[in-house]
Amino acid sequence: MGPSTNERSLITPYRRHAAGTQPPAPYEPYKSTIKRSPTKPLIFLPHTLSEVTGPLFGEDAIAENDNDLTRHYPGEPQGERIIVTGRVLDSNGRPVPQALIEIWQANAAGRYRHAKDQHPAPVDPNFGGCGRTLTDDNGSYRFVTIAPGAYPWFNHYNAWRPRHIHLSLFGRAFLTRLVTQMYFPDDPLFPYDPIFNSIPDEKARQRMICKFDMETTQPQWALGYKFNIILRGPEQTPFET
Amino acid sequence: MDFVPTASQTVGPFFRIGLTEKYSKPCIAAPQAKGERVGLSVRVLDGDGAPVNDALIEIWQADASGKYKHPDDPQSKTSDPGCDGFGRLGTDEQGHCQFDTIKPGRVPGPGNALQAPHLNVAVFARGMLKQFYTRIYFAGDPANQQDPVLALVPAERRETLVAQSDPTQPGFWRFEMHLQGEGETVFFDV
Ligand SMILES: [Fe+3]
Repeated sequence: MGPSTNERSLITPYRRHAAGTQPPAPYEPYKSTIKRSPTKPLIFLPHTLSEVTGPLFGEDAIAENDNDLTRHYPGEPQGERIIVTGRVLDSNGRPVPQALIEIWQANAAGRYRHAKDQHPAPVDPNFGGCGRTLTDDNGSYRFVTIAPGAYPWFNHYNAWRPRHIHLSLFGRAFLTRLVTQMYFPDDPLFPYDPIFNSIPDEKARQRMICKFDMETTQPQWALGYKFNIILRGPEQTPFET
Repeated sequence: MDFVPTASQTVGPFFRIGLTEKYSKPCIAAPQAKGERVGLSVRVLDGDGAPVNDALIEIWQADASGKYKHPDDPQSKTSDPGCDGFGRLGTDEQGHCQFDTIKPGRVPGPGNALQAPHLNVAVFARGMLKQFYTRIYFAGDPANQQDPVLALVPAERRETLVAQSDPTQPGFWRFEMHLQGEGETVFFDV
């Protein structure tokens, strides 16, 4: 085929989210959303080249041990050592290779290494709480870290966040950008957490919880958890010629 | 097996621990990049007009020729290696952050229309369960009149997508993002 005069025909739009699978804005039980959510309707934007492209990252974006949060300081951090691993796939079930994943989290005591974290729990001198990695050709990733503690916040009386790790992902396009939180199985705080419960769809909510995995667990060393992440995928597969 | 995209959750107040100096990126286009230099100040305000001091702003843009540094850009021209196209910063106590870049060229849009020069913007913050997408156009650019995306926006709200140049500092642009309230910025359903 010769060059097209209509560049739009070469753009594959991405799938839109199904109702209930993403959080609303605002969500009243999470009070900070009230003044930070648009009140006018969002303008529907057909995907253009601007939306279906986005920053891509290579090996130079990561350094050795960036994915092992237990090795960023001279000593071992306190707490329960864990391995978190899984795959990043798109909504067509295809692996997303070279996806940049960044994580940040509280330490075992539920304290972030952040000047504004006022929780009176100890900072761990051997735990920074952030890491990054790139997925491989299969979309697989792996982190070694410490199980984060639950921590209090000020949203409502006796508010505590269930244990979670924050994850940020860059896929192939600016519109596949995802920031989410990974939760741990059977957390007693789930029924009380407005952030977790902001997702209307029960299945979509449950998918934010990782699974304990004996295969990933390493004897005498660390518990293993599996967490797969799905990013938006293109509406149809571009035809190969 | 269904592959439903993972639900978004707020970045929370502490994303900055994962956004050390090394991972912030104020420079979107290096000094050697082709095109008109742009200093861009972005300010984020909440529904009370108060500065949002814990927002994360990400920007994605084309180079001066209107080419994205991405293999899915089908245009035959080559992208400018000096223009990375991506930037991100956290806002300070005044809700402010400042990028260093070039004015992008026009990129193809729906139909045979070319889009006016614009930056694609995503904003994340505590109190936002998901990111919101907006765009920054440049005041006074004649191409704005024909832009197919601006045309989707009610005329009285288009100004909210336009950065203003600072008359006292040539090449310096200011964009105020109002998350809600009077002059609420247009956000897009992408
Ligand atoms: Fe958190």
